[in-house]
Parts: sequence; structure tokens; C-alpha cells
Amino acid sequence: MAILEMNHIRKAFGDLEVIRDISLKVDKGEVLSIIGPSGSGKSTMLRCATMLETIDSGEIRYLGERVAWAEPGGEKVYPKGDKLRQVCSCFGLVFQNFNLFPHYSVLKNITDPMVHNQKRPKSEAVQEAMDLLARMGLEDKAGSYPCQLSGGQSQRVAIARALALNPKILFFDEPTSALDPELTGEVLKVIRSLADLHIAMVIVTHEMNFAKGISDHVIFMDRGVVEVEGTPEEVFEADHERMQSFLGRLEH
Amino acid sequence: MSFQVIMTQLLSGLGRSIEIFLLTLLFSLPLGLLVAFGRMSRNRVVRGLVWVYISIMRGTPLMLQLLAVYFGPFYIAGMKLGSMWRFTAIIIAFSVNYAAYFAEIYRSGIESMPPGQYEAARILGYSKTSTFFRIIFPQVVKRILPSVTNEVITLVKDTSLAFSLAYAEMFTIAKQIAAKETSFMPFLAAALFYYIFNAIVAFGMERIEKAMDYYT
Repeated sequence: MAILEMNHIRKAFGDLEVIRDISLKVDKGEVLSIIGPSGSGKSTMLRCATMLETIDSGEIRYLGERVAWAEPGGEKVYPKGDKLRQVCSCFGLVFQNFNLFPHYSVLKNITDPMVHNQKRPKSEAVQEAMDLLARMGLEDKAGSYPCQLSGGQSQRVAIARALALNPKILFFDEPTSALDPELTGEVLKVIRSLADLHIAMVIVTHEMNFAKGISDHVIFMDRGVVEVEGTPEEVFEADHERMQSFLGRLEH
Repeated sequence: MSFQVIMTQLLSGLGRSIEIFLLTLLFSLPLGLLVAFGRMSRNRVVRGLVWVYISIMRGTPLMLQLLAVYFGPFYIAGMKLGSMWRFTAIIIAFSVNYAAYFAEIYRSGIESMPPGQYEAARILGYSKTSTFFRIIFPQVVKRILPSVTNEVITLVKDTSLAFSLAYAEMFTIAKQIAAKETSFMPFLAAALFYYIFNAIVAFGMERIEKAMDYYT
């Protein structure tokens, strides 16, 4: 059973159609990368999957259950309240600009959702958060505040915070776009280690070599449609003009 | 009238001024938050009514509002209210007036919060109420503290407007003594007391600001 299924998704902002009939599927332990030029709808696709944006047509399924859809008449059916929170517990999202809570320490950023939302005992939450921080190489930062961290450290805390809630699938929205090359490396290393643990992931990224190395499946999007998809080899070697020019391989 | 008697009377007036000050803060700070929610409500009628309320509170003199609250019930409904009404009317007028100002400060703070904080909270499973009180509001408080300090300091001085209802707070008493003794000294003493009162308030607010300096 697929963890995530998005079928025939359409999304427009006003007159601008950002996503035009896209379907995708992510199985257990699978890593899907979405690549493509800016404005191609990659991030919007993630925001639809995480229900930060509502879809105009199509349906979203988590673990086989249809959780959000648009009726043929255009009416959007979305979960609310407790049901929404139950659906949200299926996934985690790592943002481009981290979105850590600045008034909470690193440790509390991770433990507060565990204790307050998942009702887990505090001592257990602290123990697990410390383990996660150790895995991120940040055990000495537990008492720091987000403003004292570098971008790479912030992003690793954000990853730990998402992992702590035991999501079935993790979404990354351009996780390294706000980072310099050195900091990018340390974040990619962490994401790679998660792939080795067979956590299902969807990664929107501009790091082509990274996408090539880590993914089971790659989608190349342009102007709201999937232009090429398949295994990394199939996609990166595909004889597709738009994609090859995106990769900078065409002679000008 | 001896110096000591004058001071004792002024200090008892100061006690009443402090009473007005504290009670007004106690009511107007939470009320202001409620008004801010109304101002940002998705319901157009609520939003419109709250807009009218805020514009009246900010657009007319507080002294006039004090008179309206105190005399209104009699002139409008013929109600005769007891001796406690004077003080109650003062607290109502001050609280309702300051709530309007605080509401706009809260609103500016809430609207300045980046949407990413709401989005992260939602994905992490916080309910709407928890998102507001655990994630958003603490950060809003830090952002708006300097503006709140301004209002609080103004309030200390505004308590003297209760003079218009002949309520025996510090300014009213200073005026009485000054008239009786034909001396300017009571005014100077009152000015000094207001100044010290405000210095303490400003110091306290600064301490609170410092206490929130641990993050940016």
C-alpha cells in the first residue's frame, strides 16, 4: 500500500494554473525527488500534499485512506480539527527557512510537540530528543536558542523536530536553498542517513547530484506538468530537450 | 495646613490613582486582545462594529468618555446609580478606552508574525488555540512590549482625568489643596509623585523587556 498517493491534482492561484493534472505515489521506504525550474509548481505540490494549500481538483490519500479531495462540482473536502491533526501526524515537513520556534530552546522545539500534542511523557520525549540531536551531531546545542544556530544547524534541528513525531513520510521543501555550499553538505549528509533507514521521503531540491544519488524515483516538472519521470538514470539521461537545457547540458 | 497633612492627603490620592491604574490594566489588557480578535474577525459585521468602536474610542477625548459613562445611564435611561457608581464608571471608561489602543497594538504584533510559524505549528499537530497561546502570543508580547510601555506610561498620567468626575485621586486632591492654601506647592509635589510612579513603571517594563532578550 502506498503511503502517499496524489491523483490528478490541479491547483491555480487566480488565473495562474500552477499544477496541471499531476499524479504521484510514494511507497514505504521510497525516496522521491522533484526537480525542475523555479515556478514549475514543485513547492506548491508539497504544500498541497501537506494541506497547507487546498487542491482545486483531484484527491490525496494517505495509507490508502482518502483524506482530501475536490468534488466534481468544485467543492473541496478537507479534514478539520482532530481529524486534520490525525492526518497531519502521518507526515513531517522540513521548510526551506526552517521555521523553528525562536522562543523555545532547541530541546523544547523538539519535545514540545511530542509532549503537548502527542501526550508522551516528558522524560521519554527528552530522552528521544537527545538521541535525535546526537544523530544530528548537535547534542551540545540542546540548550541553545535558534538565533544562536547556523543555518545548517537550524535545518538539522528542524529535521530532528519532524522525526521526533515518527511520521510515516517526510517532506523536504528545498531544504538547502537558504544555505551556503558548506552548510548544504552537512544537511544533505543527514538526509542521506535517513534514506539509509528507509524512511519514505519526498524532496524538492535543486541539488541535482544529491537527487541522483539518493532517489528511487525522480520527477522533472515544468510549468505545472510532469515532463519526465522514472529512475534517476532514466530521468537524467532522458533525451528530453527542456530537461537537458535545465540541467545546463545543451550548447547555446 | 501643615506640610505633613498635605503630604498625607496627596499620598492617599496617589493610592487611588494607583488603584485606577492597576484595575484599568487588569481589564483592558485581556479586553484589548478580545477586541483585536474582533478587529481581525472573518465576520464582516463583527469586524465593522469593532472598527467603529475603536475609531470612537480613539477619536474622542477620554475626558468626554468619562462623563458619558458616568452621566449616560441617568440622561439616557433615567437610572439613579449609587455612590459606588463614580468609581465603577471611571474603571469602565478607562478600560474600554485603553482596550481600543491595546487592541491595535496586539493586532499589529499578530499581523507581523511570519506565516511560517503558523504553518510549522499546524504540521507539528498544534490545535489552533495551542498555536496561538504557545507559539504566536509569546512572540507577539516580545514584539509589542515597547508600544505597550508607551501606553502604560500614558495611563499613569491619564488617571488624573478622573478629576473631571471629582474623584479624589491625586490630581483632584492637589487642585483642592492648592485652591485652599493658595499655593503652587501641592502641584509640584503631585508632579514629583507622578514622575516617580512612572520611573518605577518604566523600570519594571524595562526589566520585562530584558527578561525576553534571550532570543531574537
